[in-house]
Amino acid sequence: MTEKKIRVLVAKPGLDGHDRGAKVVARALRDAGMEVIYTGLRQTPEMIAEAALQEDVDVVGLSILSGAHLALVPRVIELLKANGQENVKVFVGGIIPDEDVDKLKAAGVYNVYGPGAPTEQIIADIRSAVTPG
Amino acid sequence: MTSTIQSILDGNRLALSRLLTQVENNTPEGREALAALFPYTGHAHLIGVTGAPGTGKSSLVNQFALHLRKDDKRVAIVAVDPSSPFTGGAVLGDRVRMRDLAGDNGIFIRSMAARGSLGGLAATTAQVVQVFDAAGFDAVLIETVGAGQSEVDIARLAHTTLVIEAPGLGDEIQAIKAGILEIADILVINKADRPGVESTERALRSMLELAHPLRQVWNHHGRRYVVDAPPGNDGSDSPLWVPPICKTIATDGSGIPELAEAVARHAAHLRQSGDWVNRERARLRSETETLLQERLMQNFRQDVPEQAYHQVLEQIFQRRLSPWEAVEILLKRQK
Repeated sequence: MTEKKIRVLVAKPGLDGHDRGAKVVARALRDAGMEVIYTGLRQTPEMIAEAALQEDVDVVGLSILSGAHLALVPRVIELLKANGQENVKVFVGGIIPDEDVDKLKAAGVYNVYGPGAPTEQIIADIRSAVTPG
Repeated sequence: MTSTIQSILDGNRLALSRLLTQVENNTPEGREALAALFPYTGHAHLIGVTGAPGTGKSSLVNQFALHLRKDDKRVAIVAVDPSSPFTGGAVLGDRVRMRDLAGDNGIFIRSMAARGSLGGLAATTAQVVQVFDAAGFDAVLIETVGAGQSEVDIARLAHTTLVIEAPGLGDEIQAIKAGILEIADILVINKADRPGVESTERALRSMLELAHPLRQVWNHHGRRYVVDAPPGNDGSDSPLWVPPICKTIATDGSGIPELAEAVARHAAHLRQSGDWVNRERARLRSETETLLQERLMQNFRQDVPEQAYHQVLEQIFQRRLSPWEAVEILLKRQK
């Protein structure tokens, strides 16, 4: 009962109130044996970075359906770095136009998932992202 | 290592958070740091919050922490949620109810998965609490998993245990059963704006009267009957602590100042009666004994060859040895 668990913060920044996607992912990661800290709706980037710091997570998953991803996501990454957590991998899920995916990746996002992305893929990506080497 | 310890004593939140992970995973680094931090522990008021799922523990912790912050006390929160028995994974959702506490450097919230422990806490919760104590937090609020009737580990860890009830959950018979209600230093009826609050209060009060009888006087067919309270239980200056019942509405903060006052009174009572020291000693003793058990078991397994151990197990599986006989044989073998 003492092995290292992958800890993931699942957060919904911004103002849209649709958290079904976030909950589906949280549940799938739980079933993959990860410890998921779920923070609920309408989180500011500051709240997300603070929670990531207190929980010492390996991964932050952001669910955004509001279209504000280009404002919110880089801000979260910036705050994580400012706190000394540049090692934390950031994933984004939601409605993200194709042309924005590259912009998010350039800002430091590990991967982006649209509607219908298989949860097995997300789980596999998280595992390979946090495994050293 | 000494630099980690120094950063934690200096209030570095990232160093603290990373050490909590080491301690939670019971790594050698974590154990070494615990040993180095131990001299700095023993100052925080450890407050347990337990109760059935859905009674409002997280919301209550949220309001209670806000109240403590008004007195500028530094507050750590350890929130434990269950792990899946099948996959070992967990969804830790207590932070959802604690969003009012965001952005305050005097607060540190840490979620823990129970990781297979059954007593309402994780195996390393006590150690995590110790780190917060050493880091200078004035109060550590420990929220257990949603508890049924026997998740009573919290009473051994905390100085003050709050048991949260909500209206409509049970009758007088639930209230006289052994278990979680017995460990309450303070009983809280949350959701006190819901119907049924009077009958919940009556049930809890009658339970308390059975446990802590007071002097009673009543009239029956024109005669007056008096039953005196047992000695040491007869007034306000009594050395016994009778758990008060607080009514709260955690969603709007009603009743929280009264609850905080009851918690402070309990702390004063513990210090005055010597129970503070007694509880600390009992806890440290049981922690030491647990560590000793683990180490003895480890040493023992190193002394007995793996093959011999499994041979004995196999004989038990085939019903040729009883577990009692097997233990005798293994212990003799070691000498």
